Order: sequence, then C-alpha cells, then structure tokens
Amino acid sequence: MSDMTLNQQKSKIATLEAESQLKSRSLLAIATRRFLRHRMAVTGTIMLTLIALYVTVGALFYTEAQGNDTNILFKTEPPSSEFWFGSDLVGRDIFIRTIYGGQISIAIGVVSVFISISVGTLVGIVSGYFGGIVDALLGRITEMFLSIPPLILLLVLSSVIIKNATTVNILGREVSSTVVFIVVLIGLTSWMQLSRIVRGQVLSLKEQEYIMAARAIGAKDIGIIFRHLLPNIIAPIIVAATLGIGTAIITEAYLSFLGFGVQPPTATWGNILTGAQDRIDSVWWMWMAPGFFIVCTVLAINFIGDGLRDALDPRSIQ
Amino acid sequence: MTQYVVRRCLQAIPLLFLVNVFIFILLKFAGDPFAYLALDPTASPEDRAYLRRSLGLDDPVYMQFIHWYFGDDWYMRDLDFDGDAETPGDRKGILRGDFGQSIRYARPVVDVIGDYLPNTLILGSSALLVTVIAGVSIGVFAALRPYTWIDNIVTTLSFLTFSMPIFLIALLGVLFFSLTLKDLGLPYLPTGGMYETRGDRSLDELLIRLILPTMSIAAISTARYARFMRGSMLEVINADYIRTARAKGIKERRITWLHALKNASIPLVTLISLDIPFILSGAVVTETIFSWPGMGWLFINSLQTLDPPILLIFTLMVAVGVVVFQVVADILYAWVDPRIRFD
Repeated sequence: MSDMTLNQQKSKIATLEAESQLKSRSLLAIATRRFLRHRMAVTGTIMLTLIALYVTVGALFYTEAQGNDTNILFKTEPPSSEFWFGSDLVGRDIFIRTIYGGQISIAIGVVSVFISISVGTLVGIVSGYFGGIVDALLGRITEMFLSIPPLILLLVLSSVIIKNATTVNILGREVSSTVVFIVVLIGLTSWMQLSRIVRGQVLSLKEQEYIMAARAIGAKDIGIIFRHLLPNIIAPIIVAATLGIGTAIITEAYLSFLGFGVQPPTATWGNILTGAQDRIDSVWWMWMAPGFFIVCTVLAINFIGDGLRDALDPRSIQ
Repeated sequence: MTQYVVRRCLQAIPLLFLVNVFIFILLKFAGDPFAYLALDPTASPEDRAYLRRSLGLDDPVYMQFIHWYFGDDWYMRDLDFDGDAETPGDRKGILRGDFGQSIRYARPVVDVIGDYLPNTLILGSSALLVTVIAGVSIGVFAALRPYTWIDNIVTTLSFLTFSMPIFLIALLGVLFFSLTLKDLGLPYLPTGGMYETRGDRSLDELLIRLILPTMSIAAISTARYARFMRGSMLEVINADYIRTARAKGIKERRITWLHALKNASIPLVTLISLDIPFILSGAVVTETIFSWPGMGWLFINSLQTLDPPILLIFTLMVAVGVVVFQVVADILYAWVDPRIRFD
C-alpha cells in the first residue's frame, strides 16, 4: 500500500465507486427486466394505461357539468346510442360519469395509499426501532384499529362527516368535500398491516452489524432510519402501496355504494350506483359500467403488484 | 394453555373499552338522533324536548358516557322543566347487563339484535360452508396439477374474483339466474329478501332465496381459500411421509384426501376461525344488495337513522368476536398441531 501513489489510490477509489454505481444500477435493471418478463404484470400495465387514457382523453370530449346534468325526462334509460352506458335515476349520463368518476376513484386510491403508507411506515419504524414503551403503546393502538373490521369503522367514521358536506375547489375543480374526508379516512384505517410488516423488518435489521457500525461512529437515529433502514425495507413498502391502491378503490366503491362515501353530484365509480342499492333486477346497467371499470383497474393493479413482488424480491435477485 | 387464554382475555378488556369509547365519542359528533322528528307534525317541540331529556341526551357528554356504563338509576333529571331535578333514570348500564334501548325501534337493543342476528348466521354459515368446500376442493385439485393450463385458469380466476367488488358478482348472478331465466319463461331465482312479503315462510322458500346471496359471498372468498389450500397442499405433497405412504402401495386417492389433506388443512383452521367474526360484519354489502334482514342491514339502517345504542353494541360485538376468535384460532392451532406450545 505504501508504494501506491496518491493518483493510483484516487483512481482505485474511482473504479470502486463506478463499480458500486454499476452494481446498483444493474440491480434496478434486473428488477425492471424481471418485471417486464412477468406476463401478468405487463398485461396489468397495459390495462391500467388504457384506463388512464379513458378517464383523461374522455374528459377532453365531455365536461364534468354534462356528467352532473340531471334530466328527469331521461331517467333510468337502458344503454342506447344516446346513453352508451344508460342513464341513472335522475337522468345523468353514466358514460360521462364513469370518465369523471374514474378520475376521482383513482385519485382517492393513490392519495389515500400515500397517507396509509406514510403512517404505516412511520409507526412501524418508530415502534420497531425504539421499542420499549413506545412500541407497546403503538402496538395497542394498532390492535385497536385491527379489532374493528375496516369497513365497519369507515362507515361509522363517514356517517359523522357526510352530514355536513360542502363543495371544495381542488385544482380548479368543484368537488364534494366528502372526497377529501374519504381519502383521509381510508388512509387512516388501512395502515396496520404495513406497520406490522415494517416493524418486523426493522426489528431484525437493527440488530445487524452495519446498523451497529453506523451507531458506533455516532450517526444520529434519524440518519440511521432514513439512510440505512428505509432503503432496505423499501421493497415490501412498494408492493404494499401498489396493492393498497386497488383495495382503496374497492373500499371507496363499497362506501359510496352504501351511501356513506363521496356524495353526488361528484361522481366516483362507487357512487354512480347511488339509489340503486336494492334495485339490482330493475336497473342492472347502473351497476354494469362502474363494476366493469373497478374490476379492470383493481385487477390491473393486483397484476402489477404481483409482478413487483417477484421483481423486487431480494432472494430471487442474483 | 389456560394461563395463555386468561392473559389474552385480560389484555382484551382495555382494548374493547378503548374501541367502545372511540365509537361513543364518534357518535356524539354524528348529530341528533331525533332530527327526523323535526319533520313529524305530530311531535310538538315540547314532546321532543321531553324525549331528549328523558333519554339523557341533554346531560353533559361525560355524564352520558358514565350512564352508558354504570346506568342512570341514581341520577336525577328535571323532566317537568320546573328547574328542579327529581326524576331518576331507569337504565342500569352495560356493566350491569343493560344494553340500552334502541331509539328508532323503541325496544331493548338485545331484542332488536336477537331478531336480526339469526338471519346473518344463516347467510354467513351457508356462505362459509360453500366457500370452504369449494375452496378446499379447487385448491387440492389445482395443487395436484401445478403449473398446468387448468392450474393457470384457477390462478387467473382467483385474481379476477379477488379484484371484484361483491356487487358486480351479485349483479352477474342476478342477470344470469334471475333476469335471463325470467325472460326465457323458465323458473328463476328471486333477488330480494328472505321471504315473500306475504308469502309462505317455508324452509324451501328460504333455501331458494339463500342461493344468490350465498353464491355472491362464496364467489369472492373461495378464491382466497383455494389459493391458500393450493400453497399448503403443495408443501405437504412432497413430504417424506407421503412418499412412504405411496411406497406402501396405498391408493393415490386415499393418500391425497386422507394423508395429505389432513396436514395441509392445519393452517386452514386458523383462516376459518379468523374469518368467522367478519361474517358478522362482512355481509353488510351483500345484505344491502339482496335486502337480507340481517346484522349488516340493521347496521346500515341504524347508521342512516342514527341509533347510537344499536351501533355501539354492534361494534362492540364485532370487536369481541374478533378478539375471541383470535384466541380460538390459537387454541385450535395448538390442538391440531401438538408441536405448538404456549409459554
């Protein structure tokens, strides 16, 4: 080592850095390649792209006001050349409502998962990393949330908030304030599974040498968590986030279906059925279109989630 | 074992209390249970004030909470509005076994729930039965032919039903077995209620009306059981003792359904017992679709009319169910697999 010049050392370090960069890039590349070879995941991606095109491009041809426009003369029209997917109990065009409702449903899925992932990861890391009384306390809270089925809890929670629904302006669009509430509520009632997974991972990771080493050289807790722990538990978080979007979309549909979700006139795939809850045999078209879109979206998301799970599994990446 | 059960039950008490407090506070924010009376011309403002006062809705919230648990037969209220509290309440509180009166039904909550619970149990148990039988058979069938085209179809179908909201399955069932058959002039399945409003209340009638709701629930949950069973069966089927059985010349059918299935269904016991409390609540959507007068239907109706006593007892029942069946799952698991011990 002593006869190695400074330049040689520098170049060696540079090579090492380049190698490590190459390694990390190739890990990502491997994951991408595995994902693209996963036939179901690719199908899911294509399906999801088509649905995204439907709800965005469709919005260029029709305005939301057209979808919210009621006309009692054309109520409960079965599908025809004028109403492609039929009309609902107050004569709104279900075809246009599936376009704008889709935007809201997908947005609810994505944003509520963002909330639930943040809460779940935070609770999991904090209780796993700090342990002791904090862990016990957070564990009890998690158990409390787990002991009421989410749908029941959500129904009670939203029965409180839908009583005083107003409209709010989000990104220049007038929507029912219940959209915001439902997003937050779904997010806050679906973090428990992930927090358990994250806690388990952190418990085993924090005993490993590299974490102890980081602590020994005086790294702060927050640095250890963000620089060393989080990157190592990111795979299950990504998978949970993907699958969570599907679950959130279905949950919103159930809530709206039962009349405790997003309130009309703002459409979602779930509340297009509003008023038809127990008229399954007389207005079947009101159920068909939103049901079809929910299945396709959730199926696509589940395919992608399955593909990601395989692609990101560290045990199968050589 | 006994120690474990006792410990779990003791741990559950503060948990259930917290759940109950949480729901109680929530419902206080949900609004006035008597709001509907404002539209009723026969109810004078004085009547409404009296009702509110006598049911304790004018008491401070923390007092209402104490009354819910400990009763109000020691608490004086001013029912004749003369500024002088002199009439005691008549409730005993849930800790003394008084689960309160439903506001909307004007009957004890226990009686109301007693009317609806059996209907949910009928629907729930028939759905669970169909799910388990279908799930286990399909799972075993797929596990015996792993990665063949038939196994792939099962996997795809399970993904599909897993992604379906139950109302779509219900709709497809109604379209095929009710509307289409009706159009063709064939006998068709009815879509709503447990019985005809004024029709006969025979067992046959009930069984026919049970088909569509049962199948809707089963269609959604069979996929989960089948996938679970397939995985569990695949693990067992290559075990040494199965090879031994085969070497001894036991028939393949007997090996599959007796030797392999016995061990493969151990995890199933847990899955089933964890699912049971969700039957109580999970049928909310199905019962609404098919107007099935069960607990889920009662729950939604009570939420719409805001009937706090029913909602409080319902959520408490569900929470107790979840906790109890978690313990039951653990006990059953130790019972079917003697290697597991509790310390």
